Parts: sequence; C-alpha cells; structure tokens
Amino acid sequence: MKWRNIATIYFKELRDLLRDRRTVISMIVVPTLIMPGLMLVVGLISYRIVNEARSTVPTIMVIGGDDSPLARGALAAVGKVAIVPNTSDWKQRIADKKVRAVVEFPAGFDAALKNGEPAAIKIYHYEGELRSTFAVNEVRRFFTDYLDQVVAARLAGRGLPAGFVRPFEVRAENVAPPEKVGGNVIGGIIPYFFLLLSFTGAMYPAMDLTAGEKERGTMEMILCSPVARVDLVLGKFFMVLTASLTTVVCSLLSMGCTFLAGGALLNNALGDGAGGVTRAVTLPTLDPLGVLAVIGMVVPMAVLFSAVLLTVSLFAKSFKEAQTYVSPLVILIILPAVVGMLPGVELNARLALVPILNVSLVSKELVSGVWHWNYLGLIFGSTCVYAGVALALAVKMFNREDVIFRT
Amino acid sequence: MIEARNLTKTFRDRKRGEIHAADDISFRVLPGQIYGLLGANGAGKTTTMRLLATLLRPTRGTAVVAGFDVCAAPEKVRANIGFLAASTALYGRLTARETIAYFGQLNGLKDAEIKARTQRLADELDMGEFLDRRCEKFSTGMKQKTSIARTLIHDPAAMVFDEPTVGLDVMAARTIVRFVRDCRARGKTVIYSTHVMSEVEKLCDVIGIIHGGRLLAEGSLADLRTRYREQDMEEIFVRAVGGEPAAASPGGRS
Ligand SMILES: Nc1ncnc2c1ncn2[C@@H]1O[C@H](COP(=O)(O)OP(=O)(O)O)[C@@H](O)[C@H]1O
Ligand SMILES: [Mg+2]
Repeated sequence: MKWRNIATIYFKELRDLLRDRRTVISMIVVPTLIMPGLMLVVGLISYRIVNEARSTVPTIMVIGGDDSPLARGALAAVGKVAIVPNTSDWKQRIADKKVRAVVEFPAGFDAALKNGEPAAIKIYHYEGELRSTFAVNEVRRFFTDYLDQVVAARLAGRGLPAGFVRPFEVRAENVAPPEKVGGNVIGGIIPYFFLLLSFTGAMYPAMDLTAGEKERGTMEMILCSPVARVDLVLGKFFMVLTASLTTVVCSLLSMGCTFLAGGALLNNALGDGAGGVTRAVTLPTLDPLGVLAVIGMVVPMAVLFSAVLLTVSLFAKSFKEAQTYVSPLVILIILPAVVGMLPGVELNARLALVPILNVSLVSKELVSGVWHWNYLGLIFGSTCVYAGVALALAVKMFNREDVIFRT
Repeated sequence: MIEARNLTKTFRDRKRGEIHAADDISFRVLPGQIYGLLGANGAGKTTTMRLLATLLRPTRGTAVVAGFDVCAAPEKVRANIGFLAASTALYGRLTARETIAYFGQLNGLKDAEIKARTQRLADELDMGEFLDRRCEKFSTGMKQKTSIARTLIHDPAAMVFDEPTVGLDVMAARTIVRFVRDCRARGKTVIYSTHVMSEVEKLCDVIGIIHGGRLLAEGSLADLRTRYREQDMEEIFVRAVGGEPAAASPGGRS
C-alpha cells in the first residue's frame, strides 16, 4: 500500500468528478437546497393552515330550541361557530360540506333543565371530516361549559360548594425537556436524512468510478499501470467517501442556517396573536452537540455505504446495470431508518448490532440530548467493523478478474 | 524481453463450459523485435496480451516480461510495459496533459521528469495544439496520440499492442504503425496482435499464428513462406489453422 499512489488516484478522481456537472449537483446543490426547500414548504403550509383556522369559523345549523331561548341564545352568543338558518335538507348539507354540524335541541330543553328533568342534545356530524370534527369540538366545548354553569347554579341553589361534584382533579404535566419533545418529532427524521444523504451522495460517484469506467474503457488502462489494486480501491473509496460526507456536511450547514433563519421568519409571521396555535408549529429545539454526534455516527455509516456501493457497482458492466443493482439498495436504507422513526421502537443491545437501524435509533436519542454511552460505543464499533469488512470485500472484488472482465 | 512459457488460461463459462482461451502458449520476443500475434476473432489474442500485462492470472504456465515474472511480480511487470489496446479509452474530463501526468505519477515519476517527458512526447507526436484541451472533444487521431503518449511516459522496456488499429481510418492506423516501428528502433521489445494479414507482413519480425488458444505456427515471414510454400500471408494463415473454416473438423476446439 503506497499512500502516494492512493493520493494520486484520489486527486485525479476528485478533479474528474468535480468537472462533471451531475456530481456537483448531487453532491452539493441538492443537499444544500433540499432542507431550506422542505422548510419553506412546511412553513408555508402551516402558515396557511393556521391563518385559515384563525379566519374561518365553522357553520352549523340549529334544529329545534325555539322554546328554549336561553340555551339557544347562549350558543349563538359564543361566536366560535356561525349559525345559519336551518333547512329541511340539513343532512345533505352536511354531506356537501356546506354545514359542518347540526345541533338538535329536544322540545322544552330550557324547561327540562329548570325542572331537573333529563334531556339530551344531539350533534349530527360527518365522521372523519376534519372541519366537521372542529365544529363538533366547539359545540361540545360550549355545552360542557353550559353544563358546568347549570351544575354550579344547582349547587348554589342547594347551598353546596362548587367542588361538591368534583372532589378531585387529574392533571398531566410534561417533564420532558423541550429537546426531548423535539427529539421524538424531528429527531427521527434528521438522522434518517443524514443517512439517506450519505448514501445518495456516494451513489453516483461509486457507480461512475467503477461500472462507468468499465463502460468507458478506461478501467483496463488504469489496471495495467503499476498501481496495486489495494491502492486503486482505496483511492476510489476515499473519493466516494468524500462525496458522501460532503453531501452530509452541505445538508447539515444548510439545515442549520434554515433552522436559524426559517425559525425566526416563521415565528415573526405567526407571532402576532393566536398564541395557542402558534406554539403548535414552533420549531422544537435540538441539542446541537447531539446533532454533531449524529454526524459522528454517520461517518462510519458513510464508510460502509461507500464500500458497499463500490463493491456492488464494480460488478456491473455499465452504469445502467449498476443503477439496477443500486436502486433496490435505497429501499434497504429506507426500511430500517423508517422503522427507527416509528414511535415505540426502543434501542436494545440486539438492535444496536443491526446496521442503519442502530444509528437511526441512537440518533433519535442523541438529538434529544440523551447519551447512552455504552450503546454509542457498541454501535460505533459494530458499524466500523461492518465498514471494514465491506472495504475488504471491495478490495477482494477488484482482485477478481471475473468481476473486472465480466462478459 | 518477453517470454511466454506454456501460458494457459481457461475460462469457466456457465453456458459454454470450459474455454481454453490460451492453451499452452510459448514464445520469445527479443529487444528490438516486433512479434506479431496473428489470429481471427476469438483466437485468444486479447487473453494472451492480458496475461502478459498481468490483467489476468495464468491458469498454468507463466511469462517473463522485462525480467520479471507475471505471477511473482505483477506490479514490477506493469511498471515495465506499455499497454495499448483498441478498447482502451481516455478520461474524457481530463486534458491530454493531465492524462499523461497521471500515468507518470502512477509510474512513480517525479514532477520535473513528467514535465520534461511530456514536452518531449508532445513535440514528437505533434500534440502541442491540443495538449491542454479535454480528451472528450478529441478526434480519433488526437485520442490516439494521447494514448500513445501515456503508454510511453515511463519509457517502458516492453510494449504490448492489442489490435491497436481496429476501427481506425487509414491515416490514424498509419500513425500507430509508424509508432510501433519507432518502438522497435528504440530497442523496445514489442508484441503486436492483429487479425490483419497485411499488418504482420509489413511490421513483424516474427509471426505467431494463434487459433483456438493454440500457437500453431511461428517464424519470420520468409520462414513461413518457405514452410508453407505460399507467398500470400492469407494463404499461409489458412493452411496453418488447418483449412477453410467450413472444412475445419467439427470436433475441433474453438
Ligand atoms: N472473461 C472471459 N470469460 C469467459 N470467456 C472469455 C473471457 N474473455 C475471453 N473469453 C473467451 O476466450 C476466447 C478468446 O477470446 P479473446 O482472447 O478475446 O480473443 P481475440 O482477442 O483473439 O478475439 C473467446 O472464445 C472468448 O469468448
Ligand atoms: Mg481481442
């Protein structure tokens, strides 16, 4: 193994690839733009949803209740719903989404309440329709309040304290740090993103440097230079790894900028008024040290990907053939990463040995600021072992003449 | 010197079974000599050349190139040969100068040496005008000159040419032939494979006729002419391989 030769090959491949517009696009432009692009889309959509939720109140109809002006008047006074005059085809109107819900008062509702007789309000709605659900929620909230008022009045009438029918309360309180909340929502996505990018970043150069060279007829030329096969593989491997990591770093930097700039923008746009809604779309905070550690875990992963991609695409005779081998591998990357994103899948010693899934799982913890040192060691170690094996395999493949000169 | 000793390469093909692409081939080429390997398509020329260039490992036998054994010291062999085949291409996104320098570096030359040699080769081959342009836009002639320059950058003692004129026009082919003669004039050991009769007639000091992986006849043009009592190379070739293809024995190895 001669480092001089490895460096020669590496820099030649680097120069060659940088002159190829396709590589530059897949290595630098796409990963840089994808995060801001995604954030922009998400930001715009949530902005519109929030705005719409703020500006439109659901329309409902009220059937009956002419003899109960008290309850009916209270409902109309709330203002969270718009009451339209009722028509006989109200069922059809719900289906047509002209009316979101219909409230039916029983005859003599006011009187029934006054006399302490049982009474039932009916709410007609359209199951599974989001705005219908909103309307039902508003109506329910009104009636719950109204019920409380009635109860309070009755208790007061009998000289009982307000807590008489509610002897204790149950309250849930969140103790997870904000990072942890963010960790579950975004934490699964970010490492998955890095994993995917480290793979896609390596994909094109790996195919170009092996199958592409075979196809163009330059492989034979380089193989009859005095360079040892190991040096050739390593030079090419370092190039593929560079492409992979450049992709990750570009996306990391652009993601950082997007979070800072986009987060500020989003908050500005939504900041005024409607406090409750705004909080729902505020970006969760991530542990920046954790994000860096995720990158640290992605490095051996990128080594593994680069070596595997080199091995697989070296087998192909042409770039096209290499694509047919490599494309299914993308699924192989996506699957464990998606499993890792599922809520409830927790890290254990056995899962820590499953490549890709282990990094995906531990990364979820890392971005939420939780450091499982023993798992981290196990995962980093095992990924390094897999990467080493894959690299050795790549060298072995380059030494196999039936692979190099496949007919 | 290039010396093949019982060089044998057997491929295992799923459909065709065992293929004896090179079958017990022995020959010797001295410095300042051009050895022509003449054979039809599929005769085993490329396989033999690749064995000499250490791109393939022999199944049996061996070869010694410029004093090094292809099995024992393949990297030393590669450092001492220039290999030029019709099928080899250039890196499209590199310039001619970068291509030549790349091979100079891989052969362990120092930068100053590479610069000087590149200049000399560029002058000899008249490459000055396109030396700093990318290879992808080159004409066939320019590509060829670049290929020649990169095979010569380390001044190898042995040259291996595998059908270098295939697919070239007359002028380009003549450049190659002139260049091969040049190599001989400089005392290099040259082996040249082709299926073109006239090329071996014009170029080669010793001719080996290869068929079905076997070296069937060997000698200078004059030797072969007296042995087969024929003047025409094509007739000699047909006689050497055992008659017209249609008349060839059906059970024969191919
Ligand atoms: N890598 C290989 N695998 C299997 N068979 C091969 C391989 N390379 C060459 N052959 C077979 O070996 C024989 C000789 O091929 P080759 O040396 O390319 O002949 P030539 O160069 O004279 O046309 C042919 O039958 C060819 O199909
Ligand atoms: Mg051939």
